[in-house]
Amino acid sequence: MPPTDTTPAVPAPEDDVPGVPLAKGAADPLPHGEAPGIRFEKVVKRFGGNVVLRELDFTVAPGERVTLIGPSGSGKTTILRLLMTLERVDGGIIRVGERPLSHMERGGRLVPANERHLHEMRKQIGMVFQQFNLFPNMNVLRNLTEGPVHVLGLSRDEAVERARGLLDMVGLADKIEAHPSQLSGGQQQRVAIARALAMRPKVLLLDEVTSALDPELVVGVQDLLRDIARQSDLTLLCVTHEMRFARDISDRVLMFDQGQIVEEGPPDQIFGEPRERRTRDFLQAVLAS
Amino acid sequence: MSEVLDSHPQLLQGAWITVQITVLGAVLALVLALAFGVAGAARAVWMRAVNRLYVEFFRGAAALVLMYWLFYSLPLVGLRFTPMAAAVLALGLNYGAYGAEVVRGSINAVPKAQYEAAVALNLRPAQRMRRVILPQAVALMLPPFGNLLIELMKATAVVSLVTIADLTFRAQQIQANTGETAATYALVLVVYFVIAQVLQRLVRLLEHRTERMLGRRPRRGALREVPAPAGGAPR
Amino acid sequence: MTWDWNYTGEILPDLLNGLRVTVVATLLGYAIALVLGLAWTLLQRTPSRLVNGTVRWAAEFIRSTPLLVQLFFVFYVLPSWGLTLGPLTAGIIGLGLHYSTYTAEVYRAGIDDVPRGQWEAATALNLPRRRVWLGVVLPQAVRRVVPTLGNYLIAMFKDSPLLLAVNVVELLGAAYQTGSRTLQFLEPITIVGVLFIAVSVLSSLLVRRLERRYATY
Repeated sequence: MPPTDTTPAVPAPEDDVPGVPLAKGAADPLPHGEAPGIRFEKVVKRFGGNVVLRELDFTVAPGERVTLIGPSGSGKTTILRLLMTLERVDGGIIRVGERPLSHMERGGRLVPANERHLHEMRKQIGMVFQQFNLFPNMNVLRNLTEGPVHVLGLSRDEAVERARGLLDMVGLADKIEAHPSQLSGGQQQRVAIARALAMRPKVLLLDEVTSALDPELVVGVQDLLRDIARQSDLTLLCVTHEMRFARDISDRVLMFDQGQIVEEGPPDQIFGEPRERRTRDFLQAVLAS
Repeated sequence: MSEVLDSHPQLLQGAWITVQITVLGAVLALVLALAFGVAGAARAVWMRAVNRLYVEFFRGAAALVLMYWLFYSLPLVGLRFTPMAAAVLALGLNYGAYGAEVVRGSINAVPKAQYEAAVALNLRPAQRMRRVILPQAVALMLPPFGNLLIELMKATAVVSLVTIADLTFRAQQIQANTGETAATYALVLVVYFVIAQVLQRLVRLLEHRTERMLGRRPRRGALREVPAPAGGAPR
Repeated sequence: MTWDWNYTGEILPDLLNGLRVTVVATLLGYAIALVLGLAWTLLQRTPSRLVNGTVRWAAEFIRSTPLLVQLFFVFYVLPSWGLTLGPLTAGIIGLGLHYSTYTAEVYRAGIDDVPRGQWEAATALNLPRRRVWLGVVLPQAVRRVVPTLGNYLIAMFKDSPLLLAVNVVELLGAAYQTGSRTLQFLEPITIVGVLFIAVSVLSSLLVRRLERRYATY
């Protein structure tokens, strides 16, 4: 049974209008253009003696939107953190586009990446966190301009213009001077989404972006992300426990358990007629909650 | 009592010296605290080792012992300091070590998620520290720094023992001239108390400003927190 | 001028004598600080506003003025009020009094840290006031603050050289006397510095062990 009926009937509050129409026309704030694919080759990740990923292989096509589902501790978030270079691999190689992310070529051999290579590779990747992680010492505008000015080298005016476009898009144009602590969770997450997009990434990582939100704020953020996914050329990797959202947003769903892919397929198949027992058990447990 | 009050020019001169040494010592301590504190929070092992060496050495040596050493011992190996330089150096090195622990602790207390968000925005390591981590750590540093500033001001009294004419030194002079022991020392204690209160107000003002910078509402009527003796890094 | 090992050997007994005085002064002063500090804390909790306020301000006054001047006060002023003290006694009292205002703050924080539920449970059991304090609150509070109190012992040890200003021949005073007798200051004061650093490093290791043992209940 597809989980479409889990949509909360609660209307979203006024400051979190769901499905804000995206700004159209000249100043399209969304990143466009060729997005890279992603390839994991025999990737191993350990935390202490605990093996989280065991020689994991999978690929994501350019521009593809993939959702990772599975019980907690199955390694989904670790995959995003590896892609964002917040963790280092213990074995195997991750490639983004044709270039290795975790490694770099030196003298015809692959060696672990240094900070410079990571900096180069991170230019293509953006991430939205479960806990938003806005900078509390900066107001909304500066959260959005900090990266564009100091990493991309935009002029302040260009960065501000870009920030305004994105804030319009996420429906928070009037909060431009606010501090993160003055915003609701839903608003903070919208700002965090805008902040990630301000860097014009080609790959966007969404790590349980609605898990920390109050139930009535979830739908608004999900609708925003769905619109962004549809109207941009981003390669998207999404970890979520919201099955309706997973179904809406993705071209393909990967079911993980214990660091390995149990089953994969288009959302209709995974949610409609899962083949693997572990997938069925997992979906049942999620829907029951 | 009136005789003691008549010596107020002397007293004020002494207080001025006390304030000067406090400020100079605090500036030196602040610079050392930031440099060695940031090193202590670094990932590189050798930087953390430098931090440990500095902190253990200069926190362990009491300010007075350090001052005697600079003033009496080092001239014998050819390093000569004026009393003022020895005093400021000893206090700065000593309280810089306490301060470095505060800085290290505050940096480590900034949530790891903030560092990760800075990585995700592709900020370079130095930018992460300067633009994201340090501004947040400063808000955590200020209350313990306020306590250390008062401690440093109190510790300046020992400079009278290496012949600097600070407030305590003047107290002994006035006492000798007037014979008014109780009145003299009581008055001098009050002057120290006033200086401490002023310093405390200044730090409080700074705290309010940084809290506003972080978009927090200032805590009202927060008393001076438990003073931290051995480093006092926030846990 | 270089380091003179013969001289070092000669002065060592004097320095050890000084160290003994330092240790005695620190420990006795600490005992005073522990007891007096608890008294301040409890007095700040009496219902009388006058008592609370007076104690709070007195403690704040002592805490924010220099120990050195307080030592002068105890040593030079009290005799004129008919209370003549030897240098060491005056030093110990001054040290203990000064640090009692710090230990008072530590106890206060420890008591504030005892969860409200503990007070409420004690009330629900209808325990008499005495038992609430002695049986429930203080044991939990003190346990929490043992490491912090340890830190103050170290801090007092490091402040003990100030006693030389009221003619106590403690470690630094002994070094200074030896130095001025021979005009060789390098060895005695360096030794004192090394001793202080050694004690401080060792004791902070000890406190860290205390923290692991006591900080969590």
